Amino acid sequence: MPMFLREARLKRQNWLDFLFRNVTRFFAFAVLALLLTLIIALIIGSWPAINAFGFRFFGSSEWNPVTEEFGALIPIVGTLTTSAIALLIAIPVSFGIAIFLTELSPRWLRRPLGIAIELLAGIPSIIYGMWGLFVFAPLFADYIEPWLTKHIGPIPLLGPFFSGPPMGIGVLTAGIILAIMVIPFIASVMRDVFEVVPTLLKESAYGLGATTWEVMWKVVLPYTKIGVVGGIMLGLGRALGETMAVTFVIGNAHELNKSLLMPGNSISSALANEFNEAVGELYTSALIELGLILFFITFVVLSLARYMLYKLAKREGHTT
Amino acid sequence: MNLLPLYTRRRLINALGLGISVLAMLFGLFWLGWILWTLLDNGIPGLSLAVFTQMTPPPGSKGGLLNAIVGSLMMTSIATIIGTPIGILAGTYLAEFGQRGWLAPTTRFINDVLLSAPSIVIGLFIYAIYVVRVGHFSGWGGALALSILVIPIVIRTTENMLRLVPNTLREAAAALGAPQWKVINFVTLRAARAGILTGIMLAVARISGETAPLLFTSLNNQFWSSNMNQPMANLPVVIFQFAMSPYDDWHTLAWAGALLITFSVLTLNILARVLFRQRATTH
Repeated sequence: MPMFLREARLKRQNWLDFLFRNVTRFFAFAVLALLLTLIIALIIGSWPAINAFGFRFFGSSEWNPVTEEFGALIPIVGTLTTSAIALLIAIPVSFGIAIFLTELSPRWLRRPLGIAIELLAGIPSIIYGMWGLFVFAPLFADYIEPWLTKHIGPIPLLGPFFSGPPMGIGVLTAGIILAIMVIPFIASVMRDVFEVVPTLLKESAYGLGATTWEVMWKVVLPYTKIGVVGGIMLGLGRALGETMAVTFVIGNAHELNKSLLMPGNSISSALANEFNEAVGELYTSALIELGLILFFITFVVLSLARYMLYKLAKREGHTT
Repeated sequence: MNLLPLYTRRRLINALGLGISVLAMLFGLFWLGWILWTLLDNGIPGLSLAVFTQMTPPPGSKGGLLNAIVGSLMMTSIATIIGTPIGILAGTYLAEFGQRGWLAPTTRFINDVLLSAPSIVIGLFIYAIYVVRVGHFSGWGGALALSILVIPIVIRTTENMLRLVPNTLREAAAALGAPQWKVINFVTLRAARAGILTGIMLAVARISGETAPLLFTSLNNQFWSSNMNQPMANLPVVIFQFAMSPYDDWHTLAWAGALLITFSVLTLNILARVLFRQRATTH
């Protein structure tokens, strides 16, 4: 092949390399641009409400489409309460599942059980909602809620949270269903981080005579603490933004109730229920501002979660 | 307090802790079993040929879910077609060119956050930038919203799978004189093909059950419509509306739809895992 042809070919390939690199870079950049556009679009959409209510929006429990007076307090409280209930239940259960999957389960059962737990995460959230509304809530109202009211109701500080008529739907039901939904997320992160603990470390503890529980509680958990917290935050992020399951069972009432058995509202279910029926610019933009708040909260929580998981992964890289 | 000898006490705590862990595992499986059983129990009586051949009915009459099934399939496919190439290209950048600079770490971080961002906010976003502009709900809006959910999943799996490809393979190709774009396109991406396909399947599984982002974008359509520029029927939103209604006929159809959706999503999930496992064992 003549020299000039070879050079031309090399040049062409160099140019193609350049092109390919920059096309992929463009799409990597597009992800950042997507996030920016999302935030800007939500801010523009909620501008009328931001203008009209300012910071009052966060503290007001008013939600009146007729007088066009809106406040985000009730949905924010609802979102935070349901997520808190979900974590309260999901953390210990996920920890137990992760211990079972890493230490106790026979080897041949690990994979099928792991998949089964992950399938729980695969079930669409609307199915959780339907099941919650038609199957779980009636049973909950018939058996669990009367029991709670009877036995916890009289206790001084705790009582007011568990009083009221047993309706089945309400904040507590939404929290429990959220817990079932986030268990697989937290459990699988916990299992993954437990598996990075060096075998040497665990064997040393066993060699000193520690029981399995002591190895988990005093060696594995401290070693993976930051990853475990990251996993919990990841679950929290899911719980905060979950829409359909909550919408079915929370009751969608714009009321601030002390009792967890009463219906409430969350940011996402307010959006799902009211957005399409919202008339008037201010109503729509108040709902978009709710979405902006939700995005902001989950963004912070998920960023912290990722930061912690990265940190654990980095440390693992250093020690091995 | 120390009535028991220390050793016995430690053993008791151990037994208690591990016992609780077994219970936790059973607790998790219990809900899975219960939900699946509910679906079968309520869904199977509603399944009939009509579900696949007739349109969604007005309340009080018989009908099927054909328009919703077709709408869901169309929007899911278009979302996958839009989202997958973007995801693969961006994921390739992160894995192959992302060693230096600020762009790759930032994108990786933002992508991981977007991966679990609330899907209802994505719906709001598409509503604000697309639906408002066009002035009406449409199948395109729904497909766009779903494609935004596809992108982060595909980016994450593409990057992970490309990183699993041994560097010796890249070096061997480069040593034969292949330019980088050829190495990536014909060697590394090809080696990671099964893994990336798994990611796409998981993404499809994820979006086929999504309801929230469709509420403000494609909405619903009671009639047959294959026009992507019109509001489009889709299974999740139909299930939502029918389940929330007071009509028994609609409930039966909602359960049938729920059964269909859940079992296709779970089948996709299991298939993706089996496929990837076979791949992993041949290595």
